[in-house]
Amino acid sequence: MADNIIRKEDIVVRFAGDSGDGMQLSGTLFSDASALTGNDIATFPDYPAEIRAPHNTIAGVSGYQVHVGNHIYSSGDKCDILVAMNPASFKSNLKWAKKGAVVIVDIDTFTDEAMSKAGYTSDPFTDELEREYAIVKAPVTSFTERIGKEQGADKKVYEKCRNMFALGIIFYMTHKTLDQTFAYLERKFAKKPDVVKLNKAVLTEGYEYADKVELIHSHIIEAAHAEMPKGRYRNITGNVATAWGLLAAAERSGRRLFLGSYPITPATDVMVELAKHKALGARVFQAEDEIAGVCSAIGASYAGALACTSTSGPGLSLKSEALGLAVMVELPLVVVDVQRGGPSTGLPTKTEQSDLNQALYGRNGEAPLVVVAASSSANCFYWAYNAAKIALEHMTPVILLTDGYLGNGSQLFRIPKVADLPSITPRLAKPNDPNYRPFRRDPETFAREWALPGMEGLSHRVGGLEKCPDGPLSTDPENHALMTYNRQEKVNRVANDIPDQEVTGNPDADLLVVGWGGTAGALTLAVEELNNEGKKVAYTHFNYICPLPKNTGDILRKYKKIVVCELNNGQFAGYLRTQFPECPMKQYNKVMGLPFEVGELKDCFTKILGE
Amino acid sequence: MAERHFVPKAECEYTKADFQSDQMVKWCPGCGDHAILAALLNTFPKTGHKKENILMVSGIGCSSRIPYYVDTYGFHSIHGRACAIATGAKLANPALSVWVNMGDGDSMAIGGNHLIHAVRRNQDLNITIFNNEIYGLTKGQYSPTTKFGQVTKTSPFGTIDYPFNPGELVMGAQGTFFARALDCVPGLTTDIMTRAAQHDGTSVVEVLQNCMIFNDKTHAAITDRAVRDDRTIVLEHGKPMIFGKEKNKGLRFNGRCLEAVTIGENGITLDDIMIHDETTEDAGIHMMLARMSGDLPVALGVIRNVKKVSYTQLYEDQMDECMANGKYKCVDDLLNSGDTWEV
Repeated sequence: MADNIIRKEDIVVRFAGDSGDGMQLSGTLFSDASALTGNDIATFPDYPAEIRAPHNTIAGVSGYQVHVGNHIYSSGDKCDILVAMNPASFKSNLKWAKKGAVVIVDIDTFTDEAMSKAGYTSDPFTDELEREYAIVKAPVTSFTERIGKEQGADKKVYEKCRNMFALGIIFYMTHKTLDQTFAYLERKFAKKPDVVKLNKAVLTEGYEYADKVELIHSHIIEAAHAEMPKGRYRNITGNVATAWGLLAAAERSGRRLFLGSYPITPATDVMVELAKHKALGARVFQAEDEIAGVCSAIGASYAGALACTSTSGPGLSLKSEALGLAVMVELPLVVVDVQRGGPSTGLPTKTEQSDLNQALYGRNGEAPLVVVAASSSANCFYWAYNAAKIALEHMTPVILLTDGYLGNGSQLFRIPKVADLPSITPRLAKPNDPNYRPFRRDPETFAREWALPGMEGLSHRVGGLEKCPDGPLSTDPENHALMTYNRQEKVNRVANDIPDQEVTGNPDADLLVVGWGGTAGALTLAVEELNNEGKKVAYTHFNYICPLPKNTGDILRKYKKIVVCELNNGQFAGYLRTQFPECPMKQYNKVMGLPFEVGELKDCFTKILGE
Repeated sequence: MAERHFVPKAECEYTKADFQSDQMVKWCPGCGDHAILAALLNTFPKTGHKKENILMVSGIGCSSRIPYYVDTYGFHSIHGRACAIATGAKLANPALSVWVNMGDGDSMAIGGNHLIHAVRRNQDLNITIFNNEIYGLTKGQYSPTTKFGQVTKTSPFGTIDYPFNPGELVMGAQGTFFARALDCVPGLTTDIMTRAAQHDGTSVVEVLQNCMIFNDKTHAAITDRAVRDDRTIVLEHGKPMIFGKEKNKGLRFNGRCLEAVTIGENGITLDDIMIHDETTEDAGIHMMLARMSGDLPVALGVIRNVKKVSYTQLYEDQMDECMANGKYKCVDDLLNSGDTWEV
């Protein structure tokens, strides 16, 4: 291995190729190996909605960005190393490479036909480009083919190993060994020793190839090991973390877990994950549509389960009426909305935060419910758990907002013990309680009691029609006003159980940066870097959206300048303005289906500081 | 596969009065719904199920008010979604005896998708469709079962919608139990509902029900006392398909279709009359029976009742097997599975 290693706090590697080129796998293997060898990580898959768009076209390009090192908050803006497996991915991904980045291309794929499909009319490797980037023209396809033939493998089999060659180069360039990936291959293909042998050989060939290329020698970068709190760690995606958080909440609350859902990008993996865990009691129901998904969950909730449904924007629209029913019957329900670009079908595989208004207001009538948002892939676990806790203890539907970036992205997760998580006490009624009334409320929280079918002596009827506190139907005007007030007050009083909102960065600054949900990584880094550069910026990030933490107004009123940053056209800013009209707020918005970049945020904050 | 029953039996014997709620019944006087309610109240003691394990789920419409009039657990939900809500409740607690009550619009228009999928899955649900061929609660618009050409408020020139036959829909969705009853013959309705409750799987009972206000006498052509015996046939498993005031008419399969014949005429004897077999897996004959109208008597009674392992049992068997053999015994096991490392 080379001697002149560049040591950096962090490295961003981006794998890009055709949809079938295995880029998501390469990225995952690289991030797993990095995590196992002591780096903090964050990943961001950037893939098309089409499963296999036409070969070698821009539409078919699939990408996977990995950020490794110390203090990793986001998947990184631009990359230090770009892998481009064909001309289309080179063309569409070069804009994500830093100036001076190492760009590894599979030169064998740069045929006239493929270049023309990618829209190139002349040689893409101009002198100017070669001055700007360190371009490594690697013979990925031909070397892989040679090994495949040597081992007598099928063309179909060895063609799929090209990503291993590229991965081998990356491991060499980032000063890592192949051990972790060897172990993965042995595990994954335990019953196919030929496949293990072939993949290992191609991976090794890539690694050895890199050792012989001079240009690579001068660009070996090692990312710093992470300083992290002691504990046991694993890599986890946001959707899996959400599923596991719900499982933990069910176990801790002693309730059966029920998930009624319908497949929808990018939320499907929550259902896919829970479907694996019948052994842990997860009752998953793939419904005939989104409406049946939420309705089955409402039925399951009435019957006593920790009932959940997972969806994305268009699905949440379809669930609106049923959510109104859940508000009316005051049953616990967790709705996970993994947000994507909208409206309508929008950008199914891209991220956005534009379902906030829908979550807050998207029902007929006065229909308040609790809205919370996760802010990292790993903390999806805690927010799913917390959403379940609030639902069960306050007898209310809770919408948990995550997004495509958090859901599909992955991060290191410090593994908790379920017993150490906050307790969850469902408000179960006592069988044969002569004083049971369907809408009798806890005087503190205003939550009603949960009487389950099967409990003796508590039979009662619920439904979408307005009821009086004792249970029967009522169209009395005073009663409707009272019940409307009670339902709102119950949601408001959730604020009594939530911690104060915190301010980080430099609390004495003039400028307060406000964020919510999945943008925490980029915002944290932007604020940290500006403060390190001697500027003064304070930052507060919201996870509790409705109700807001009680001290929200106190915080907002303290700052001369406030900028609310979100991946929509200003929905959270609008929501804050209705509650705190005395606080002038600027907005920084992005609706491109992409997460924030640290650079653009810093530019924005610097500009505001100068105003 | 060992047959399993999930709903616990009551230790005491109930009477109809045990299921009557204290709520005032607010249907129009003379509405067929009263008779269906009475039949249901008579059915519950016969099922022998624990009272607190009975759950009534309904959608929206006149008929969907029924949970309020029965002293069991009840859920009066939203339009069309009763099947979906019932499905979730039964999945969460298979020990519940779940009854779904819907009107024709509720079950076959806005809730059509949920109905066919519930039937296809064959989960252990007891579905009753109150079919009055009209939207009553919204005051008289045509429904998916309104007769072709009928004038209603939204079809002032006659409907040009071909109506659904619920029996065809159920059998098209691979239903395992379909029966038809008349609101004006409550004894038959109770018998049918009791059979439906015994069926492991989704049962669908269509009750031809009269709406006095917006579609009065829609079923009169077959239900009027003067014509009922000749215009309907009550099917009984294992018995010849005989009908008519004189009990001298019967159904015969002529190789192509069903035909009504008179015993003693043209050399027809009792031996020519078909024997009803509700258990044949092939729904061909059942479909023909469910479709009968016009020259043929409308079929009542249990038309189809076949054994097919229910979704409820398949689900519980799978859960039990996974829980017995699963790699993870608690969530901590899962959290610590796969690649983890200590810092």
